Amino acid sequence: MIGEIKMKLSRREFARIGCRVIIGATAGSAIIESIVTNSVASEDPPKGEYDWKEHLWGYVIDTRKCIGCGRCANACKLENEVPFDEPVYRTWVERYRELKDKDVKIDSPNGGINGFIDDVPAEEINKAFYVPKICNHCENPPCVQVCPVGATFSTEDGVVLVDYKYCIGCRYCIQGCPYGARYFNTEKGTADKCTWCYHRITKGLLPACVQACPVGARIFGDLKNPESEVNKILDKERINVLKPDLGTKPKVYYVGLDREVR
Amino acid sequence: MVENLIWGYIYPNEAEIQWSILIVLYPYITGLVAGAFIASSLYHVFGKKEIRPVARFALLTALAFLLVATMPLLTHLGHPERGIEIMFTPHVTSAMSGFGYIYSFYLIIVVLEIWLSFREDIVNKALSSHGWKELLYSVLALFSFDISEKALHDDEKLAKRLAIIGIPSAAFLHGYVGFIFGGIKANPWWSTPLMPIIFLMSAIVSGIALLILLYIVSTVFRKQKIDHNCLQSLAHYLWIFLILDVVLELLEIVSMKYESLEEIDIINRLLSEKIATTFYGVQLTLGIFIPFVLLLLVGIIKNRETLKLIMISISSIFVVIGVFAMRWNVVIGGQEISKSLSGTMTYVPVFYSIEGVLPAIIILIIPFIILIVLTKILPPWKDMDKGVE
Repeated sequence: MIGEIKMKLSRREFARIGCRVIIGATAGSAIIESIVTNSVASEDPPKGEYDWKEHLWGYVIDTRKCIGCGRCANACKLENEVPFDEPVYRTWVERYRELKDKDVKIDSPNGGINGFIDDVPAEEINKAFYVPKICNHCENPPCVQVCPVGATFSTEDGVVLVDYKYCIGCRYCIQGCPYGARYFNTEKGTADKCTWCYHRITKGLLPACVQACPVGARIFGDLKNPESEVNKILDKERINVLKPDLGTKPKVYYVGLDREVR
Repeated sequence: MVENLIWGYIYPNEAEIQWSILIVLYPYITGLVAGAFIASSLYHVFGKKEIRPVARFALLTALAFLLVATMPLLTHLGHPERGIEIMFTPHVTSAMSGFGYIYSFYLIIVVLEIWLSFREDIVNKALSSHGWKELLYSVLALFSFDISEKALHDDEKLAKRLAIIGIPSAAFLHGYVGFIFGGIKANPWWSTPLMPIIFLMSAIVSGIALLILLYIVSTVFRKQKIDHNCLQSLAHYLWIFLILDVVLELLEIVSMKYESLEEIDIINRLLSEKIATTFYGVQLTLGIFIPFVLLLLVGIIKNRETLKLIMISISSIFVVIGVFAMRWNVVIGGQEISKSLSGTMTYVPVFYSIEGVLPAIIILIIPFIILIVLTKILPPWKDMDKGVE
């Protein structure tokens, strides 16, 4: 059978198909490569083994850029298998609307995953903006402090993680987090939270939410690298963190943070 | 449905209340333990002779409740089988990590204290009974049958020393539970250095009130005469600790309102809408002010023992309910305000659920069953019934 097909191909046809395959493969790999390069976290892709002592991750959120599309929150749930049918989020988008009567309306329906509905007429609104929220991966994390068995911990590269095989599910860390960034994973029976996509960043990729953001409101990078985009913003812009008075020292830095945001 | 329970803006992850009615039970039960133990040490340490009739019973009550103190916690854990890790690999910066050790230490103290207080009875029973009873009591006596005057005197001395250690450990056991909440800076309703001492005072109050009620009920069941002197003395201590308790609880609220920090709006909303009934109504009015007035009258009125008995009983019932409301207002109230300080949620207890009301009721009934069994094995009243001093 195969022999028959081969027999039917002329030499010219064979060469043509061969060329197409070669061109296609080259172009395809070039496209894939360009996508991968775009999603590389640090400017220098890692060479060999990942060494967590060489990095300290940081995250910048430019609230002036966020358009509230919710792609980040959606991408996060997809990437990290966060249940879609439960009110649990590793990242979410909040909408703030200051009305003409100075009332402030805050909402985040389904974490902003489905976007936002205009339920207040534009003429009644004084100003409005979106604020993406995510675990702050605090330098002084209260969740790590309160864990009775040490199942949640700070990594050398500055990420707060949960050991799902060790967590007893007491939920003290959920109480201890001032930012509401933690939730209880009913399937695992443990606490759960944002990892800054640790499985991706240690391979030189960006967190899913950062990659999904179409306007560059979320910027991720290495605080130890003076040339990283995160450091460039921190050096230039006026930044703030959430609830600085609590002494948690967040590593998510906000540009254009309004006083209403907590 | 969920939307109706939420007011304002809460962080999306806050839609579910994490610590349920079981976690309300935990400080309630440890409070009763600490209170009952401290009541017994009024006799064992401070030599208040009038407390003697209930001193040993108070120890058994403390043990009965102590044995179930871990149950609500283990039931609540996502991985109860890993709970023991809190003993093996405690993370020392966590206020919760000390629980296993403090609990175990205290359990040992209470058991030793009981053994020393009952040793004479145990030995007598072992010597006077036959068959499995003889075996049981011999084992309980640890096959040490020396009840000479000197041995008993040594027992008493050791018991007193143990009780002296016991008071700070009871205070620590419960003050520490207060710190579990008081040390959470994320929650403005919990975060106050007053929390451990408030917990301790309300613990003593609830323990004494429970002891009064159990004493009255058991005396009625045993068809014995109530020792009014003992009862009124307990009522007197209840009254004193009620004053300390209310002063601290009000101090917390007053300073919160007076300082009026960022969180005051949401705290005011919590107090005026979410827990208004359980806080002002049950915790303060029913649980403190009414008993305070009734117990004051008990102290003033001369004679009329039956009236005083009724007033003390009512006060104790109210106090026991009021302290439960206090635990509720702390544990549930603290979770009903959003950490965004912009909204509130509502806890709706479920009845049939592993974290529901039914297991809570079961866990609250078990210590009474344990107590009945304990009093059958180690009758705490024996010497009183015979009228032997």
